Amino acid sequence: MGMFSSFMASTWVVASIVAVVAGVVGFFVVLRGAAFVADAVPQGAFTGAAAASLLGVSTLLGVAVAALVGALGIGWLGRRGRRDVATALALVVMLGLGALFLSFSSEYAPEIYSLLFGEVLGVSVTQIAPVAILGGLCVLATLALFRPLLLSSLMPELAEARGVRAGRMELVFLIVLALATSMTLPVTGALLIFSLMIGPPAAARSLTSRPLPAMLLSVLTALVVVWLSIAAAYQTNWPVGFFVGALGAVCYAVGRSWSAVRRRRPVPAGPVATALETGALAANVRL
Amino acid sequence: MSHLLQLIVEPGFFGSAPVRSALIAGGIVAVVSGIVGSFAVLRGQSYAGHALADISVAGGSASFLVGVSPLWGFAGVGVLAAGVMDMIGVQRPRGRDLATGIVRGAGLGLGALFLYWDTTHTSTTGATITILFGSMFTIPSSLIPVIALFSALALGLVLVLYRPLLLSSTAADLAAARGIRVRLVGVLCLVAIALTVSLSAMTIGAILSTALLIGPAATGLRLTSRPGLAMVWAALIGLAATWLGVLLAYDSFYWPPGRHGWPVSFFVVTLIFVFYLLSPRPVRRVPG
Amino acid sequence: MTGQPPATSPAEVLSVHGLNVRLGGRQILRDVSFTMREGEFTGLIGANGAGKTTLLKVILGLQPPTTGTVRVAGQTRSRRAGLVGYVPQKIALDPDMPLRARDLVGLGLDGQRLGLPLPSARRRKLVGEMLSAVGAERFADARVGNLSGGEQQRVLIAHALISRPRLLLLDEPLANLDIGSEQDVVSVLGQVAKEQQVAVLISAHDMNPLLPVMDRLVYLAAGRAATGTTAEVVRTDVLSDLYGQHVDVIRVHDRILVVAGRGGGTRVPAPSADAPAGHCEDEPDPHLAESA
Repeated sequence: MGMFSSFMASTWVVASIVAVVAGVVGFFVVLRGAAFVADAVPQGAFTGAAAASLLGVSTLLGVAVAALVGALGIGWLGRRGRRDVATALALVVMLGLGALFLSFSSEYAPEIYSLLFGEVLGVSVTQIAPVAILGGLCVLATLALFRPLLLSSLMPELAEARGVRAGRMELVFLIVLALATSMTLPVTGALLIFSLMIGPPAAARSLTSRPLPAMLLSVLTALVVVWLSIAAAYQTNWPVGFFVGALGAVCYAVGRSWSAVRRRRPVPAGPVATALETGALAANVRL
Repeated sequence: MSHLLQLIVEPGFFGSAPVRSALIAGGIVAVVSGIVGSFAVLRGQSYAGHALADISVAGGSASFLVGVSPLWGFAGVGVLAAGVMDMIGVQRPRGRDLATGIVRGAGLGLGALFLYWDTTHTSTTGATITILFGSMFTIPSSLIPVIALFSALALGLVLVLYRPLLLSSTAADLAAARGIRVRLVGVLCLVAIALTVSLSAMTIGAILSTALLIGPAATGLRLTSRPGLAMVWAALIGLAATWLGVLLAYDSFYWPPGRHGWPVSFFVVTLIFVFYLLSPRPVRRVPG
Repeated sequence: MTGQPPATSPAEVLSVHGLNVRLGGRQILRDVSFTMREGEFTGLIGANGAGKTTLLKVILGLQPPTTGTVRVAGQTRSRRAGLVGYVPQKIALDPDMPLRARDLVGLGLDGQRLGLPLPSARRRKLVGEMLSAVGAERFADARVGNLSGGEQQRVLIAHALISRPRLLLLDEPLANLDIGSEQDVVSVLGQVAKEQQVAVLISAHDMNPLLPVMDRLVYLAAGRAATGTTAEVVRTDVLSDLYGQHVDVIRVHDRILVVAGRGGGTRVPAPSADAPAGHCEDEPDPHLAESA
């Protein structure tokens, strides 16, 4: 049974969809400096998976619900100030709850492991359809709102002046993030989704500062990372999450050293688009 | 009265050796976490603390492979990670979350690998649970002196550097003007944080240790505007949450679904959150 | 100015001699020299980017000079920490930070000492005295993040002065204050400086609020400095020479304006090849208003 057999076909398909979504959504995660949120939502989603497993319903459903609740909750808490402490605490409580739910079921240890770190061989054909739908939704939403979202992330006041409300964009972003998380979780595991969502985009951003090329590069990099990870996980039987985490770090390191060499200074976490493009953006955005 | 006591405390609680170890170890760790965590929150390094805990997962799981107690792995890797994080600029605000997240991902990935090897190559079962969610009731009493030592180290670091740390956390400019080596102080604080999360990784698990680090500390900060008092509060709240958590976990042995009780870490974390929610918001003074 | 730096006399607190600072290929400060005595109130005047903050950092010992010497009460850089008090422009503070104004002032006494602070009546008394000297008793127990700009300024001044420095440096303390608070801070400073016989160096981009208390000034433009009393320095010929282009000094009632000369807007080639025209000034000099 080879890596490219029909047995593994669904894994490759799902993983590729996951990579595309991670690349697209991750681009905005890095742009908006939302690494912490991207980290937090999947961990809450872990609880949803645990609850779903306990109740015997579809894991994907549990994850999606928990992710949505988590994302919106974080958005709401964040607006009330003191974002880091309250968010972190709520997050940890969710994880504790997840541990609790799992302790009720008999499949305690292996279940936890695959939920947290991913399971390559656990992807079945039936998962392709829901993942494709969710993934398609995320990508379509992001592309449709690409310009207003970009403008709102880079220059919120300018965007407001053009009728793009920051609150609405934030909401859209959080929902998209939640959906992207729920479809990624079964493959890479709750703890390592965000590695896929910030490593490749960070690298892409260091290589080019133009938005559309950066996003495409981010998708490409994510695909390469995922494919390599799956291949390696299949061959060695090691957890796929390990490869994703390691390769994500490699991407980031490559990106950072590239910009260090090029500019003799590390890239600050600043805007991606050039001034020219932002201006053109502003002129073209109509909502 | 004794009836009431029996209702709250299941029989055998105080007589049980694992419970005693749990109370002692958990108590020490809670106090240290409260105090060191106060500085972490002051410096806005809650996320860094979170990351350090996750990175030390790799260390903890590696120690199973080598056959030593997880504490060494947690602590060793944790301290190392603190140094690395300082090097890649975790003390500078820009790009910090991103860098921390990446390092976290790499560390967790490594931890995943080691855990996998643990389950396939060694005879240890439940390594995943132990590392991630703690082992409060299975801490061997022989480990307690080591726990006490590491705690003393972390606490000592922070207490010796108390004033320079306080000043540089408030206003780095002022500290630098006084000749304080701001960056050195910062690294030492990170090391103290790393040691502390390693300790609480032992009791309530790496994934949840953040709660013990920042929860009581954040609560203490709300309760008073005096720095020293805030830290005392943090230690007390952490202690209360831990001891109460141990008690509840022990009691829960007979609760549904009735197999092995509810996890201690769940209780401790939930209690910490509850205490935080119950604390009053500090009154905002109108400046003028 | 060549040869040995002048020996410091007993009352001389600060001696800057032949100071040059070059950073990132740019000449920030060029051959700056001046001295300050005990109790003297000196204004460091210049536009943003003229080099004021750099000069303050060099005096503090946080920035090594390229060439030149700086001595505080005769001491060189390494032994300077206890002699110089510093008030930065503004500190961003979290409103929830658990540090009262009182605590921050206390840290001015012993913030650099290791070990736990022992409660001491003497310490409490000193802190209390300092707080009333700057008029901060009202909000002494408030969290430092909850103070207004003017209140925070006073607390920072108390923090700097409590360790009895010989020299007090303030970086643009008036920049974020309204006029009423401006006057308060200036008078508090003047008063305390005289009482404690501290030499005060206060940087500002507008000299006018400082005129009532200023003894001397150091005027920075294009990295070069002119020092002396207001009457000596703020003159058409001196400033024109400093700026490298013609400027007029106009006195309107009791305010002084420095105005660009006729045909303003022409770029004048820099004095040397090192600094391209206008390089040292990131923003237009507020003193240089276009004349009619």
